[in-house]
Amino acid sequence: MDARVSNEVNYSGSIRTRERATSQWDRPVDVSVENVVRTFGATPALHGVSLDMESGELVALLGPSGSGKTTLLRILAGLDIPTFGRVLFDGEDALKLTVQQRNVGLVFQNYALFRHMNVLDNIGFGLRVLPWTRRPSRKEIRNRALELLDLVQLSGLEKRYPSQLSGGQRQRVAFARALAIAPRVLLLDEPFGALDSKVRRDLRRWLLEIHNKTGHTTVFVTHDQEEALELADRVVVMSEGRIEQIGTPDEIYDAPNSPFVFSFIGESSALPVRVEHGKIWLDGKLLDLAPGDVPDGPAQLFLRPHDVDVVDNESGAISGEVKVLRRHAGLRRVDLDVGSEQNRVEIELPADLDLNPARSIAFRPRRYRLYPSSQALDS
Amino acid sequence: MADAAIAPLLVSQPSSGSSVTTERYPVRIILVATAVVFLVLFLLLPLAAVFVEAFRAGLSAYFAAITESDAVAAIRLTLLVAAIAVPANIVFGLAASWAIAKFEFKGKSVLNTLIDLPFSVSPVISGLIYVLLFGAQGYFGHYLESHNIQIIFALPGIVLATIFATFPFVARELVPLMQEQGTQDEEAALSLGASGWQTFFRVTLPNIRWALLYGVVLCNARAMGEFGAVSVVSGHIRGKTNTMPLHVEILYNEYNFAAAFAVASLLALLALVTLLIKISLEWRYADQIAASRRH
Repeated sequence: MDARVSNEVNYSGSIRTRERATSQWDRPVDVSVENVVRTFGATPALHGVSLDMESGELVALLGPSGSGKTTLLRILAGLDIPTFGRVLFDGEDALKLTVQQRNVGLVFQNYALFRHMNVLDNIGFGLRVLPWTRRPSRKEIRNRALELLDLVQLSGLEKRYPSQLSGGQRQRVAFARALAIAPRVLLLDEPFGALDSKVRRDLRRWLLEIHNKTGHTTVFVTHDQEEALELADRVVVMSEGRIEQIGTPDEIYDAPNSPFVFSFIGESSALPVRVEHGKIWLDGKLLDLAPGDVPDGPAQLFLRPHDVDVVDNESGAISGEVKVLRRHAGLRRVDLDVGSEQNRVEIELPADLDLNPARSIAFRPRRYRLYPSSQALDS
Repeated sequence: MADAAIAPLLVSQPSSGSSVTTERYPVRIILVATAVVFLVLFLLLPLAAVFVEAFRAGLSAYFAAITESDAVAAIRLTLLVAAIAVPANIVFGLAASWAIAKFEFKGKSVLNTLIDLPFSVSPVISGLIYVLLFGAQGYFGHYLESHNIQIIFALPGIVLATIFATFPFVARELVPLMQEQGTQDEEAALSLGASGWQTFFRVTLPNIRWALLYGVVLCNARAMGEFGAVSVVSGHIRGKTNTMPLHVEILYNEYNFAAAFAVASLLALLALVTLLIKISLEWRYADQIAASRRH
């Protein structure tokens, strides 16, 4: 990637673009989704989804495949029509608008660049198809496209064809093409899905910069929780056509409201426990942890590998037998078998800790979440 | 150390004259020879024979044969039929493959199979169908006769039979390509504000232009050369309803071999020219063809 080099060279240029941006791009809009249902034949893809997005917000739709996140994005774009429900742009019914009238900038996972057009023609496409009364002159279209090419840091590549670009460069061209129509909303479908991890990291930073400059209300679909947490102002976690949780990355990561969200966001282990009279029991052993407002009965204790402290004193702690040791960057991952049911728990310990398989160790979770088992069964 | 041990193995491979994927020498000779013999025997020899026979009686006889009034009429009729049938099948082929590749609807697989019907039906039958429908004794024969419309043994019948016979060529080239390309480019164009027609002419059509051209070339070659179906509906009226292939047959049956081969050589020439056009286009636009493949 030559992006980082040109990044610095173009920095002053980018600042200038920003001043122009406010007047040049349409004002970003609020987007509301109200109780949207979408069924394909007998299969429901979305069960009554509601969501409010503020103008200028960067929202991630996060979920495993089949969770309905792409269907929701396509409904926002106007490429799909909900069976029930409403979609509002700034309070105006967006479902009455056709795809063309909706004026959304759409970036596809495979970019969908027009392969018979060079980069400049791709970017200018949205302006060239305007009715002649609103169409800018050829020269204006060209200048506008060059300006956008500069914004996405690809100046000099205007004569290239899509097949002559790298994946990351195609992604940027697709982005510039979507920005050219002064969209009211930017919709990105797995924008970094087809790129390798190094390019992904660079492009994430770049996307944030662009978003800060242009200020579009932006919705992006991803199955990568790391990407969602790093980029989004708010994350919408979806599963099986429903919204599981909406919140800031901190809320989602630190206070997941369901076993599904806990296990989908970040790494986790779960242990079956019992809550009795305000105490947590694991396999007949009292744990030194507070159950919060979880009612008496069976429950699931969720914890993250890196949120644990090893303790010498087994009393009140979770203890288990070391099964597998793995080196994980600067740390060591340990698989433990806990209790008589031998539940597998993964924890992370300093690499220099002297450990052997078959040894028993005790640990205490620094953070944890407890969910009643009925809820756990749902997910 | 390990590198040093492997290196001689790598070097020794080219010197033995073969790689893992190459057959032994005798096998290669046999395979290549078989292919060459087949090519010569079934393609080159017949083609050469046509031209040799055509010029056997000399240049003046050749030109006399192809400028004779019946021959000229046959050439004119053939070009006219192709000029109607090919555009008709371009429109049909585009519409059908657009529907099949870009939309989901009931009966799609039936339509897809129906398109192949002209390939699976004997051309004689496709000619007879039109006689049965529009002939004097046919279903619409009485109505057509009373309105003084002649379809069978006239230009409309020949055009209909040709359209039927060349029906699948364009669609067969386009459907797999359009299915592979999917609908994302079209969705992108629509979201950028393009209308349906703009999307078709600026995105869909350029994406398939080379396959379309190839389909048209094949369709045209077949339209000019179609014999069976046309033979049934044409009535073989000299100077009126004889196309070039029919004219060749008549001359041949009259033992007028030189003239028959002269006209046949024209047909062969037309085929060669279409192929040349195709090759030169591929050569001229090689980079664009490469770019139009899925990147």
